[in-house]
Amino acid sequence: MAGIPHDHYEPKSGFEKWLHSRLPVVSLVYDTLMIPTPKNLNWMWIWGIVLTFCLVLQIVTGIILAMHYTPNVDLAFASVEHIMRDVNGGVMIRYLHANGASLFFFSVYCHIFRGLYYGSYKAPREVTWVIGMVIYFLMIATAFMGYVLPWGQMSFWGATVITGLFSAIPGVGTSLQEWLLGGFAVGNATLNRFFSLHYLLPFVIAGLVGLHIWAFHTTGNNNPTGVEVRRGSKAEVEADTVPFWPYYVVKDLFALAVILTIFFAIVGFMPNYLGDPDNYIQANPLQTPAAIVPEWYLLPFYAILRSFDNTVWAVQFAHWITFGIVDSKLFGVLAMGAAILCMALAPWLDTSSVRSGRYRPMFKAWFALLVIDFVILMWCGSQHPSTFTGWVGLIAATYWFAYFLVILPLLGVLEKPTLAPASIEEDFKSHYGKAAE
Amino acid sequence: MSQTDDHAGSRRDFLYYATAGAGVVATGAAVWPLVNQMNPSADVKALASVDVDVSGVAEGTQLTVLWRGKPVFVRHRTADEIKTARDVKPEDLVDNSAENDNLPPGGDGSDTNRTLDKDGKWLVMMGVCTHLGCVPLGDAGEFGVGGADKPGTGGWFCPCHGSQYDTAGRIRKGPAPKNLPIPVAAFTSDTVIKLG
Amino acid sequence: MFRKIAISALSALVLTSGAVRAEEGAETKDVAFSFEGPFGTFDEHQLQRGLQVYTEVCSACHGLKLLRIGSLGEPGGLNLTDDMVKEYAKGISVVDTLNNPGLIDPATGQPRPLTPADHFPVNDSYFQGTGAHAPDLSVMAKARKGFSGPYGLGTNQLFKGMGGPEHIYSILTSFTGETKEQAGVTLYENKAFPGGWMAMPNTALAAGQVTYADGTEASLDQESKDVAAFLMWAAEPRMMTRKESGLKAVIILGLLSVLLYLTNKRLWSKVKGKKLA
Repeated sequence: MAGIPHDHYEPKSGFEKWLHSRLPVVSLVYDTLMIPTPKNLNWMWIWGIVLTFCLVLQIVTGIILAMHYTPNVDLAFASVEHIMRDVNGGVMIRYLHANGASLFFFSVYCHIFRGLYYGSYKAPREVTWVIGMVIYFLMIATAFMGYVLPWGQMSFWGATVITGLFSAIPGVGTSLQEWLLGGFAVGNATLNRFFSLHYLLPFVIAGLVGLHIWAFHTTGNNNPTGVEVRRGSKAEVEADTVPFWPYYVVKDLFALAVILTIFFAIVGFMPNYLGDPDNYIQANPLQTPAAIVPEWYLLPFYAILRSFDNTVWAVQFAHWITFGIVDSKLFGVLAMGAAILCMALAPWLDTSSVRSGRYRPMFKAWFALLVIDFVILMWCGSQHPSTFTGWVGLIAATYWFAYFLVILPLLGVLEKPTLAPASIEEDFKSHYGKAAE
Repeated sequence: MSQTDDHAGSRRDFLYYATAGAGVVATGAAVWPLVNQMNPSADVKALASVDVDVSGVAEGTQLTVLWRGKPVFVRHRTADEIKTARDVKPEDLVDNSAENDNLPPGGDGSDTNRTLDKDGKWLVMMGVCTHLGCVPLGDAGEFGVGGADKPGTGGWFCPCHGSQYDTAGRIRKGPAPKNLPIPVAAFTSDTVIKLG
Repeated sequence: MFRKIAISALSALVLTSGAVRAEEGAETKDVAFSFEGPFGTFDEHQLQRGLQVYTEVCSACHGLKLLRIGSLGEPGGLNLTDDMVKEYAKGISVVDTLNNPGLIDPATGQPRPLTPADHFPVNDSYFQGTGAHAPDLSVMAKARKGFSGPYGLGTNQLFKGMGGPEHIYSILTSFTGETKEQAGVTLYENKAFPGGWMAMPNTALAAGQVTYADGTEASLDQESKDVAAFLMWAAEPRMMTRKESGLKAVIILGLLSVLLYLTNKRLWSKVKGKKLA
């Protein structure tokens, strides 16, 4: 593996040499664990471990739930209750899985905004970033399909609304939607295929996580200064880094333990707080709930979808210029997709030569606004549509696009960055006094 | 190395071991529920014991009930069936043991050790052939009341490989090695038998 | 910088997710149930009284199909003895013979006696010939938003749980006595019901409708609280196990956090050049 120079695994005993010449798996594990990692990583660099844990948690609890769950429209709801009532420890396993999705998304948003602030997406880490965005997209798909499985009211109507998005595509939309559903409406065929794909996608995600790690182990970690590890000599590397094991393993595990303490308190004491009560009503195709609201983690993009109605001039313009092909429905769908695509394209939209937001005074303010914007979008998505939330949502959605498409490219030209430290070692020493000499 | 360093070293070691130990305990506590969830669930366990109403079972007939996923024969035997079963000499039995979960182990295969009541009217046993697990047919085979000449009253015959059981459910002929086992059962009232 | 942003984002998040559940119009009253909070437990006597109210009153129209009768004897709930559960099961009458094929004796065509291994019967009967439909109550206490105050902030829901039982209690105690006819159906005004008018009659539950064996006065308020508590238990019979597991996990993980904190501090002290603590 390329990357920062460091000591590699040397097989010593006869068996180690024998194995190493046939399958260098010990070497792979050793090099991954001992990888030189910047000394100065702060507490925002813990989310990778938390996310890895979430993926394992969801896969393990998911496999267990699949042992007891029945994907059939008549039995699904009751089988989930069977898990909660009869299966040994089933109540915890099911709540862990349901709330695990929330922890997963909470962590991934922290992880993404960490990357956006410290410029982790910039060269040479574009591939890591894009793979991460693909993972995030697959997480959304997996979470959405998983939410359908308990076959409650919100499962059913959420599936109806989201698959309805595909009908917006001109020409083939309706056929595509029917193909996706396996029928004219959400039904048994839909439930079965969603179950199958909900089981499959996490393993695809696991594979992509492997690539994600491989990619940033090749380029080396970013760090709060955005200054690269000096690679001139081994001494320089050692002044800038510590091995991942034991320093960051223990640090990350500490952070994980604290987060899990909070997580288990939520699961044990208020497991339904983040969920929608309507999903404890069995799906009924004849009755729509009073309000269809996605789970909290999808609200920002749901708000973007809703914001663009046909009173918005951009929508009217798109409608006119495409001779009516792009209507408000399609525009909303495109906007939602574009919102995620913008993030994925950040490496090429950001023109600044400075990587970390720590040394970019103007960027800091715009970035803070983006985080607040994200929360406002989330709030808008949760509200009953009204004129007021419509306006707020539209402004917030516009800022989201403006940040990526206008502000990031312009800031690189307009902004005068402050001076970044010459090396990671210098930054570290300025925080912790003199290292042991 | 000075003494203080030694002291700090051992404290450090203790902390590391304590942390690793706590980590192992936490992992262990997390793994057990993942294993335990595969054990029978509460609704399955609720069927571990069932009450069988035998008031409608006339003499010379039998009731087959499903218990713990397997058939159980509840036979109301006639006087002839009881006599036939009790006349069998111990040396004629293939398996001269009671195979009765209600008795301490080691009892012989006499008819009184097989039945639920002292008079021998009620025979309750698993309807699973001890050979390869098929369900034997009732009132069939050569060891009923009429013997080999007149099959059709009492006795059981397994259609899979021809094992034959007498009117007390004991193996008499064929490949099966053991008598039909008798599950834990008891009368809870005059007409109700509790299985399990 | 990042910390500040993260903290403000997090607090905004907590506020919005609570606000999602702010209910419009309907008034839900707060009840201090014994099972609220991390250490709250069910009061088995209250649950037993609630079962009596459900059996003698509610079950005429409402089913409880997801609840296994044997659960009544399991720990963490009503704690009835096995014999009491058996007796209770035998006493259940199947109102809706059409929708309980599993409970019908094929020989007689009549409902067979129930056992603890059975579930409560389905009750999909349409009552009063009005076409109105009495919903199943198995998970009702989790299927209603209920108590989301004060000021719609959702903090009471955060600290006091789901709020479903409060909603049930409020429904039962918030009839005004007003009625109106709409499309041939009589609707009854209820301050706690979203929309204000519901098909369940205001006479559904009245004071003194049951006589409690333990001598508790059967006021409407008491009956409503008891049956609401019972329905919370019916919606989640394993709540006590859940809280217990949660508490154990929090204690173990809390301890592990402290140890990992110390280990981490000691481990990094070399790198950071600080003196050993």
